[in-house]
Amino acid sequence: MAHIIGAIGTTHVPAIGGAIAKGVQHDPYWKPFFDGFPSAHCWLDQARPDVVVVFYNDHGLNFFLDKMPTFAIGAANEYKNADEGWGIPVSRPFPGDAALSWHIIESLVAEEFDVTTCQEMLVDHAFTIPLALLWPGDDNRPVRTVPIEINTVQHPLPTPARCLKLGQAVGRAIERYAADISVLVVGSGGLSHQLDGKRAGFINKEFDLMCLDKLVSDPAALTRYSTVRIVEEGGSQGVEILNWIAMRGALAGQVTKVHSNYHIPISNTASALLVLQNDPPPIEMRMAG
Amino acid sequence: MKQGIPGTTIFDGVQAQRGFALNRMCFSFNGAENRAAFLADEEAYCDRYGLTDEQRTAVKARNVLAMIEAGGNVYYLAKLAGIFGLNVQDIGAQQTGMSVDAFKAKLRDAGR
Repeated sequence: MAHIIGAIGTTHVPAIGGAIAKGVQHDPYWKPFFDGFPSAHCWLDQARPDVVVVFYNDHGLNFFLDKMPTFAIGAANEYKNADEGWGIPVSRPFPGDAALSWHIIESLVAEEFDVTTCQEMLVDHAFTIPLALLWPGDDNRPVRTVPIEINTVQHPLPTPARCLKLGQAVGRAIERYAADISVLVVGSGGLSHQLDGKRAGFINKEFDLMCLDKLVSDPAALTRYSTVRIVEEGGSQGVEILNWIAMRGALAGQVTKVHSNYHIPISNTASALLVLQNDPPPIEMRMAG
Repeated sequence: MKQGIPGTTIFDGVQAQRGFALNRMCFSFNGAENRAAFLADEEAYCDRYGLTDEQRTAVKARNVLAMIEAGGNVYYLAKLAGIFGLNVQDIGAQQTGMSVDAFKAKLRDAGR
């Protein structure tokens, strides 16, 4: 059976793509951010996932306001990146896992998550940058991928409670998948930042650190926030924490924090990295469940 | 602004309807040929997408707050800013009335 080995949440600021392309990871501005990743690489070397399920938000590459799904899932064997308009290099296509995608889709719809299914789906920096950070180098990652896109553009956005439930349903689907594969779940974006309006540049360290703590030990605590309240506390684009909440929902075992990093600022954003390991629950809990 | 977060516009159905033409134009800037067409004849390009007078004026003035007021969403507007080589610190500085250096310092200070 498939098993979820853990989850990694990471910031996806486009400028990171530029920094990688220019090779400036060791410059003083970037170093505190990139220094977070060797620990994640070590853990990945041990954990060796076959597939990565990425919760992310499209920023106007694949989806526009003419048709804006709340939740969309890729159902293809390949996902292309493309020009987003401001000059970060275009990545090579990413291998998908259509069989796993369709299994997740079947399971989600059976559980009343009526997702949009996409046999063609351009993936933007919110998908490509986490993978570039986790497997640095030659744009050639040893994993297949399943993109799950959450609307963070046009309100009403899905609630944190709904995103946690989506993640839980995705987790159940994966754990029921017959193939013997290891799966990593990624949550992309955040943490606090705001690009627009007179409050541009807003960052809230206290809120972010609370979120990072609750994502480990008590993700349900984050479901008491409305999405508008998250905008207030985390900034207009800080709502990308929804991707992290969905990610955390997929972990149903014993969750331990392997590593975290938090640094302000990268571009206009409070950057964060969180590596969580997911071990099977103790036998007595499984019996009770 | 009805939810009342200072300096923040919630991009909801009202804004999405108001800004549709402007955001659609900005969405087109994913394509290099469209960016070139905009630069070659900005007026004609705005015509093609049916921008309102308010949106046109905001674009002409390169005024991000006015574009947001006219329904622009920053994810799409960022593609317009990119045509002029402006990044999110540049547009942050413009919206807050600060110099770019002062805006960057404000971001750094948030980490202290």
